Amino acid sequence: MSKVIVSKDKCKQCGFCVKHCPKQAISFSADFNSSGFKYAVVDDSKCIACGMCYTTCPDCVFEITE
Amino acid sequence: MAKGKKAPEKILRQVPFCPGCGHGIIVRLVMECIEELGYNDNVLIGKPVGCASLLDNNLAVDTFTGAHGRNGASMTTIKRLKPDMLVVSYQGDGDCYNIGFSETMNAAYRNEKFTVIAVNNGNFGMTGGQMAWTSMPGQKTSTSVNGRNVELSGMPIRVPEMIAHSFDTAYVARGALFTPAEINKTKSYIKKAMQAQIDGVGHSLVEVLSPCPTNWGLTPLASMERIVNELVPYFPLGEIKNKGGK
Repeated sequence: MSKVIVSKDKCKQCGFCVKHCPKQAISFSADFNSSGFKYAVVDDSKCIACGMCYTTCPDCVFEITE
Repeated sequence: MAKGKKAPEKILRQVPFCPGCGHGIIVRLVMECIEELGYNDNVLIGKPVGCASLLDNNLAVDTFTGAHGRNGASMTTIKRLKPDMLVVSYQGDGDCYNIGFSETMNAAYRNEKFTVIAVNNGNFGMTGGQMAWTSMPGQKTSTSVNGRNVELSGMPIRVPEMIAHSFDTAYVARGALFTPAEINKTKSYIKKAMQAQIDGVGHSLVEVLSPCPTNWGLTPLASMERIVNELVPYFPLGEIKNKGGK
């Protein structure tokens, strides 16, 4: 099970999570979500579930599971 | 290991703001604080006229939209009639300062026991980014196309300092959102402000410096840089007044 659940349709591509991720685990997708934004994608092999993405996200995209 | 984190269930759906808008973060912080303080039903959020009035049907708590700028008066009524209710007036700077200055100041003057969250983004966001009292010197807006001229319109206003130094209120602070640490500090200010209300100490106000990428003409990340470089030197962060609880 992944450490972070991403609600991709809520993402608006602001980039706060990408900037503040301490492990550079977040990048933007190649395709688009239903609103027309490239959404955040979390690399589980780098993610440490610190929750920085949750803290900085204005759109409640992330849910930390553990 | 970090604990699991999930957005408050009382935020029902995607917040309706522009990409990178600070409102989304602040609304989440307010709802998290309400949840952590154990308030489920007995809560009222006063919405302003402005971007935050887009929150209609997004929050699973009672809300009230006052006439433009008059939330200071509306929330006074509600808090006096329902003293057990947690009353939070969530306003933008245009609504709270420019339009509703009299109501905001009079509520603080009377030390009404409710909490004001004032979102300062330096312009009138919803109507297209007109110059506000909080616009910075030289800031280009749709009504100051050559930059704000302080000879003509004066310097930006610092309402939290005015309230803290003039009136006998309980809690005044100013936070920002440009790093996770600042977001967490802002959350602690909001929580203390609500606690001051719950303890019956008095009026509390938290101003939050928030980015408005759409009307500033910047990317979300560049907007945060602008807050660090231009706004924070003029609007110092931190607790301005804390009378403490019971």
